[in-house]
Amino acid sequence: MKKYLSFFRLRFAMGLQYRTAALAGVVTQFFWGFMEILVLRAFYEADPTVYPMTIEATCCYIWLQQAFLALLSANNFDRELMGCATDGGIAYELCRPVSVYDMWFARNMAVKMSQAMLRCVPILGVVVFLPEGYGLTAPRDALHFLLFLWTLFAGLSVLIAMQMILYMIMFFTLSVEGVKSFFVAAIDLLTGAVIPIPFFPEKIQRVLELLPFGAIQNVPYRIYSGDLTGAQMRRAVFMQIFWLAVLASLGKLLMHRAQRKIIVQGG
Amino acid sequence: MITMENVCKSYRIAKRNAGFQAACKALFHREYEEVCALRNVSFTIGDGEMVGYIGPNGAGKSSTIKILSGILTPDSGRVTVDGRLLFGGKVHGSAGRENSAGSGFQVSGGIHEYRNVPGSGTICGCDVLPSCRPSTRKEKYSRIEHVRRIGVVFGQRSQLWWDVPVIDSFELLKDIYSVSDPVYRGNLEELTELLNLKELLRTPARQLSLGQRMRCEIAASLLHSPRILFLDEPTIGLDAVSKLAVRDFIKRQNRIHGTTVILTTHDMQDIEALTKRIILIGKGRILMDGTLEDIKKGGASMDETLAELYRAYEI
Repeated sequence: MKKYLSFFRLRFAMGLQYRTAALAGVVTQFFWGFMEILVLRAFYEADPTVYPMTIEATCCYIWLQQAFLALLSANNFDRELMGCATDGGIAYELCRPVSVYDMWFARNMAVKMSQAMLRCVPILGVVVFLPEGYGLTAPRDALHFLLFLWTLFAGLSVLIAMQMILYMIMFFTLSVEGVKSFFVAAIDLLTGAVIPIPFFPEKIQRVLELLPFGAIQNVPYRIYSGDLTGAQMRRAVFMQIFWLAVLASLGKLLMHRAQRKIIVQGG
Repeated sequence: MITMENVCKSYRIAKRNAGFQAACKALFHREYEEVCALRNVSFTIGDGEMVGYIGPNGAGKSSTIKILSGILTPDSGRVTVDGRLLFGGKVHGSAGRENSAGSGFQVSGGIHEYRNVPGSGTICGCDVLPSCRPSTRKEKYSRIEHVRRIGVVFGQRSQLWWDVPVIDSFELLKDIYSVSDPVYRGNLEELTELLNLKELLRTPARQLSLGQRMRCEIAASLLHSPRILFLDEPTIGLDAVSKLAVRDFIKRQNRIHGTTVILTTHDMQDIEALTKRIILIGKGRILMDGTLEDIKKGGASMDETLAELYRAYEI
């Protein structure tokens, strides 16, 4: 365990070096957040009776999503890992006395967390001061806040387990660009990154909440404002753990098959 | 001790002619060619030996190193390191033995020559059976156990983390290999002094020159005091001073710690300076396993001798 932790530490410290990228991200996410809130408010004002969330819950969802974009965005891949099947970087990874899957999992977690750490502070620092109906309100209560933190972490793990499967596919197809663009588009839509899952038709919503897609950003951002609560919340917390176990097992299986097939060419 | 018995490895390579038409045709019908990187490669390397593994480009040198370091799974054959089975599953008894007896083994002027007789029912002269797919659990266990005891330097790749000072990479390797504090401190001190790293340790790896980086790479592979060291073109791109330093260092490591060293290189001076025994591989076969004196002829330079040898074997 210690080896994974120190690996995590190194990657995390490394991630904190990239300040300019973080600043650019923060600016983009402010714009994006405002745009989404304006669009969703327009829907709300058109007919508040059919609007599926409260306007405060919507704002919380959008701002948390923007603040923790690096954490739960499906499009955030580790470019070095993406290349390591084709450029042979995998060679050294395989001559370490560690599980490659666990190592990459720790690495992804460290990279995403360090990115999010840099970006979330300025965003959250501003949006709490925005007027009600536009900004981030306080969490519903202490329990919901703690559960928000936990499910944010669990959602991150589910997403990484999902992305790990994509990294594994890379060993079989060499180029993942095709699979990746399909994967990102599908996940963005199905996890509620484009529009929150409560805005989907009810039947689709019910299906999505049973799938791993519903176990990523749908859970923490809605628990925070109390939009997801009671029995539904308990089920969502359970589903996250369930999908993490399933996806991680699948990923490890694929990793195992990939390792046999690996060819490190040249040099 | 390292033994390889009848190890085969082939790659499937998609080939097509040049041009747009050929590219379109390849969309529907792809031609593959089976390229044999290794055919019935067998050798034994004792503890504390220093062996030069040489051969022309594409001969199978790196494939061998990758198999020995557990990265690449061979198609068939057995590989054992210190008596531990790395690849090869169950003992395949007579099938394998017969094959090694079938490959003509002659001793001529101190040079052991292996000539494989391609048998029937084989892929590119290799036995298809026995397969080397050990039970899944055991394989993983042995990869991790195995790599803990070896050190590898791939001259063309880097194991240092690009963006952080070299010392950070070292500390991480210490944790990855679970090296105890006193052992780590001792090794680091020794390596720093011998490879002259003092100035380099606090520099990010990306800002080192090739030669400086290579010295750090070699140090990185030795922090966990491996028993066996695989060096794949370790002197690539080094200046004269660094080359000498690295050679001296490898020799010392072998003399003092008894480290087994297997070295591939195109630099014949490396071979001359470091190894007594050389194994020549060409087109995936072991062609010669002998000493430097065996191939040396009169006043010819090492490079000429080697080129002559390549021509003689038509590789």
